[in-house]
Amino acid sequence: MSFVLVQVIVGGLLLGAVYALFSSGLTLVWGMMNIVNFAHGDFVMLGMYVAYVVYTLLGGGPILGAPLATLVLATVGVVVYFALIRDIMKGPMLAQILGTFGLALLLRYSVFWWFGANFLSMPPNIVGGTYAFAGLRIEASRLLAGVVALLVTLGLHLLLTRTSLGSKMLAVAEDQTAAQLMGIRPDTMQAIAWAIAAGATGLAGALIANFFYIVPTVGETLGIVAFVTVSLGGFGSVPGALVAGLLIGVIESLSGYLIGAIYKDIVVYVLFLLFLWFRPQGLMGKM
Amino acid sequence: MRLKHVTGLLCAAAMSLVLASGARAQDKVVKIGAILPMSGGTASIGAHAKAALEVAMDIINNAHPELGNLPLAKNAGLSGLGGAKIEIVFADNQGNPATGQNQALRLITEDKAAALFGSYQSGVTLTSSAIAEKYGIPFLNSESVAANLTERGFKWFFRTTPIATDFAKAYVDFLADIKAQGAKTDAIALVHDNTEYGTSVANTISAAFKDKGQAIAIDVAYPVNATDLQGQVLQLKEKKPDVIIMISYTSDAILFAKTMQSLDYKPPVLLADDAGYSDPSFIKAVGKISQGVFNRSSWAVGPFGSPSAIIADMYKKKSGEEMDDTVGRQMQGFFVLADAIDRAGSTDPAKIQAALKATDLKPEQLMMGYKGVKFDDKGQNVLASGLIIQLQDGENYTAVWPKANAEKAPVLPYKGW
Repeated sequence: MSFVLVQVIVGGLLLGAVYALFSSGLTLVWGMMNIVNFAHGDFVMLGMYVAYVVYTLLGGGPILGAPLATLVLATVGVVVYFALIRDIMKGPMLAQILGTFGLALLLRYSVFWWFGANFLSMPPNIVGGTYAFAGLRIEASRLLAGVVALLVTLGLHLLLTRTSLGSKMLAVAEDQTAAQLMGIRPDTMQAIAWAIAAGATGLAGALIANFFYIVPTVGETLGIVAFVTVSLGGFGSVPGALVAGLLIGVIESLSGYLIGAIYKDIVVYVLFLLFLWFRPQGLMGKM
Repeated sequence: MRLKHVTGLLCAAAMSLVLASGARAQDKVVKIGAILPMSGGTASIGAHAKAALEVAMDIINNAHPELGNLPLAKNAGLSGLGGAKIEIVFADNQGNPATGQNQALRLITEDKAAALFGSYQSGVTLTSSAIAEKYGIPFLNSESVAANLTERGFKWFFRTTPIATDFAKAYVDFLADIKAQGAKTDAIALVHDNTEYGTSVANTISAAFKDKGQAIAIDVAYPVNATDLQGQVLQLKEKKPDVIIMISYTSDAILFAKTMQSLDYKPPVLLADDAGYSDPSFIKAVGKISQGVFNRSSWAVGPFGSPSAIIADMYKKKSGEEMDDTVGRQMQGFFVLADAIDRAGSTDPAKIQAALKATDLKPEQLMMGYKGVKFDDKGQNVLASGLIIQLQDGENYTAVWPKANAEKAPVLPYKGW
């Protein structure tokens, strides 16, 4: 195997870990309450802007941006749940789709209005370097995002399967009325799910900001990949999103390098549709 | 009875006064529809263009004697139409050819625009100008460079910018010049997106080099607004071209710069075809890691107090950005259109079309470094020209070629970061 090919695969794995990181929030919200959050890509965008503001305007350095973005977005998640999601969940499917879609545009153009349409970029910083390792080049910022992606996925998985909070959340997801009879408040559980999902998304945005450009429409570019990752991994499955993210990252990198970048989306989506044809519930989703 | 008459007369008199003053206050307004990418991946370009056109509107509608020979600057409004003011109706094309087409239709049928202006992306200009052609409304394009736009036999389409073929020739000559000075320019790689702009400019450049007996060694195409470009940079790193010509919009230009740094790849010569590399936000975001990139331009700010320097200053006050080649070409195009409407003395589309055809502006009447503005039968400005600039310090472009216009000598090889 040629040396460049190894670099391509490593690059693909790191890219895939990032895909997994920003998809985990989406899959959690879907699994918990059957809502497809079309504003997801724009939550990533908000996370990027929080990190940017913390670093460049408030002088908080690159380390503070990630936890703050997590906190801010978790708050946004709770607000969005009580102000919008709780009510549209009772409505028809179309209202849910248009509701989160409207939210996406609201967030996008608010940031537009506030920051303008210019492309921004994080200043060079301590996570901006590149490691040369046995001839391979690995960006510190991507490696960090990859490691955090693994930790977040593991954390969310443990939370859902090993803690009483997780059991309560899953109980609400399974049967709201039954959960209520057991003394679990669905509202609280779902608000917590939104806080966790949006927080993870904000964290993803803050980490991605270190190696990507920042612009109000970046959610459009990244959002599509999140949806593909989640449906390939299986809606609602956090480990599924990780495996799917890595898979898509590597397939994209390999096909982009071997066949050509303009064909890589064709390869990814043909494989994606074929896979869903045979296994519509995704890699690890339940029917 | 008499009293009623008197009051009636008084009322009538008062009303006519109000009407007369009303008519004077609003004067005549000439509406021009501007179709620009105000949202989507190139929204920064649209925002800059809007600011630039508002400055142009200010220059036309108000008296600016300090701008010398620039047509329409001296007096307020269009003197050919009794001092009528220009009003721009902005429409968002979202960077999408279908949306551009719908907006053109709306501007013509609902806003009754006298002429259309736009639309930045060659692909959007292609569709929106087809609507103008169908309705017989003049369409002025100032910045789209795909060669085929003026090869469609259109009668209502006029383009002021130098186009891909002009620049392809300039690239051939420029590379020949630096080769004579000792640089290696044998293997050329073309890197471009899959839009109308990317593919057509790549074809034009590749044809220009073929004419000189030099085939393009590597062609790297990628999808616009890419999420990842590592594969493309690795391809280039492996094949080691002597020269890379980049044809990219802002988002991809930034991602390329970042990826090239992270994979530690520097081509000996990096030559960019305007677009993303002229966007001030490109320079702010990654200028420091793109030192030494060559670019094309028709804009040079000129000495202090010159019309171009005054305009650059007005633009900076309006937008907070430095003037760049793209907005410069847009303002210049808009002045040409306004000048034609002024000479037409009417908003009748056929008269504006005739006036556009008769346009003959001299270099001293322009804010851009063209040799003039004069349209051929296809609607292309035959006097458009440009120069090669270089981002030597990572902050500001300086003119480096041709020698007659150069402020500094070109610096080789590409420094990067």
